[in-house]
Amino acid sequence: MTARDQIARGERSAESVTREALAAIARQEPSLAAFTAVATEQALAQAGAVDAARARGEALGPLAGVPIAIKDNISTKGVPTTAGSKMLAGYVPPYDATVVARLAAAGAVIIGKTNCDEFGMGSSTENSAYGVTANPWALDRTPGGSSGGSAATVAARAVPAALGSDTGGSIRQPAAFCGIVGLKPTYGRVSRYGLLAYASSLDQVGPFATTVEDAAAVLTAIAGPDRHDATSAAQPVPDWSTANDARGLRIGVPRAFIDGVDASVAQAFEQSLSVWKERGAVIVDISLPHASLAIPVYYLIATAEASSNLARYDGARYGYRTTVAPKDSLRDMYERTRDEGFGAEVKRRIMLGTYVLSAGYYDAYYLKAQQVRATVRDDYAAAFTSVDLVATPTTPTPAFKLGEKTADPLQMYLADIFTVSANLAGVPAMSLPCGMTPDGLPIGCQLTAKMWDEASLVRAGTAFQQATDWHQRAPVAVGA
Amino acid sequence: MPVTPLDAAEVRRIAALAHLALTDDEVGLFGRQLAEILEFVRQIQSEDTSGVTPMSHASGGDGHERADDVQPTLARVEALKNAPDAAPESGLFKVPRVMA
Repeated sequence: MTARDQIARGERSAESVTREALAAIARQEPSLAAFTAVATEQALAQAGAVDAARARGEALGPLAGVPIAIKDNISTKGVPTTAGSKMLAGYVPPYDATVVARLAAAGAVIIGKTNCDEFGMGSSTENSAYGVTANPWALDRTPGGSSGGSAATVAARAVPAALGSDTGGSIRQPAAFCGIVGLKPTYGRVSRYGLLAYASSLDQVGPFATTVEDAAAVLTAIAGPDRHDATSAAQPVPDWSTANDARGLRIGVPRAFIDGVDASVAQAFEQSLSVWKERGAVIVDISLPHASLAIPVYYLIATAEASSNLARYDGARYGYRTTVAPKDSLRDMYERTRDEGFGAEVKRRIMLGTYVLSAGYYDAYYLKAQQVRATVRDDYAAAFTSVDLVATPTTPTPAFKLGEKTADPLQMYLADIFTVSANLAGVPAMSLPCGMTPDGLPIGCQLTAKMWDEASLVRAGTAFQQATDWHQRAPVAVGA
Repeated sequence: MPVTPLDAAEVRRIAALAHLALTDDEVGLFGRQLAEILEFVRQIQSEDTSGVTPMSHASGGDGHERADDVQPTLARVEALKNAPDAAPESGLFKVPRVMA
């Protein structure tokens, strides 16, 4: 990473890099509202430690002095963590998520916490109790969601990297809307310990950065097995830093599935395929016959898991509690705390999930969804017998306007059509900037690989960025 | 075609299972929205899945085990720090009376 290399060579101090990031955030926040907390003192202390280590001649970590923003549904010891919910106003975790501890061990500077849809439930960062985050390319548009704050601050070049979480597209869709790289790793590649659970069979933490190379460097730092998460896998973490050769890669395109996207998105996508072809990849047609069912399957499985995961927020042990009168029962406290502490979308999803798990509906909805989920996974398995990667647009449209979809939850869900399948199947996927609309909004292209093959994502992505300059385009300075 | 909303009693039954004290407005709103979402997701029911094993997890499947050793964990005082109402000296979370 550029900042790390400059610090290692002594061209800049870690403290000056951190102060610059803090100043950019302060300048941009009135326009972007990307952060829920800025950890100024802790960040300067971490930067100071990097400078002191360098002065002593110690070897620096792979992310030494690099300021990194953390989505606010990831636990940070001593720094407030709300997941965008009133339910966790004032909550200060007593421990670090494994990904945060690993970033710190690699020398990174944890700069602050970023705004998100409440508990990761949303596609626009409008479902937050802490304000609406804007897209730095057009302040009246959404940065996407749910990791919208992380995407917005990286796109605005305040920090070189950030962490998000992705349950149905919550890293890749905001990366596409903000013109940056976002990578959802293979399920089990990265520990979920300390991630505030939404849908545990789908959730993964992953990086945002402007380049594929930087995203891979952050992924390397956070990946690998963790004794605190039994679903983290004992897979070796390869060195992705030199993967840049697209020659011979076979890229499959599910033509029938991507029919009907916006014209500007379709055009940018076709041009991206030409770039890969010129770099020696082979483009072939494939089919994913069950992909069109991925959204209904996702919203059944994710909400069922959410209804169980969010049962823990009851006002007893942490977070918000309703005002309790002497006559109130324990049940009164639970029910009012949850009605007052959760926002509308979270309640809607808890209700849907409770419904599909309840007696009489379980088989027709939840069990059926688990079976169709298996067919979605099997489609990918079949495709990956003949191709290395699957390419689609990340989203059917560029960033939509703030407020455009908030009144109709179903319309908001349909925006996730190209991203939810990778979570259902467990496979890794990445969005990278691949064009702009005539109005100057970024367009993202998504690559999906088979289980544990992030290497192919990095190869194809880096080769693409060597041939194009979309990733170097930055929005007009925000708050300048 | 407008979808028939879930009736209020059904919405309240689900809300009770979910420990949510919904307002009357929310009961009306969620009755309409949940009916629309259920109508949309019902499309999966026409898919033939006979013989398909349900998939509950995307795990790579190595399910590694570890020794069940006692490890250091949060101190009780740390665990109580975020409680809305706690009795740290006795190590308890306080909640409304459960028994009369």
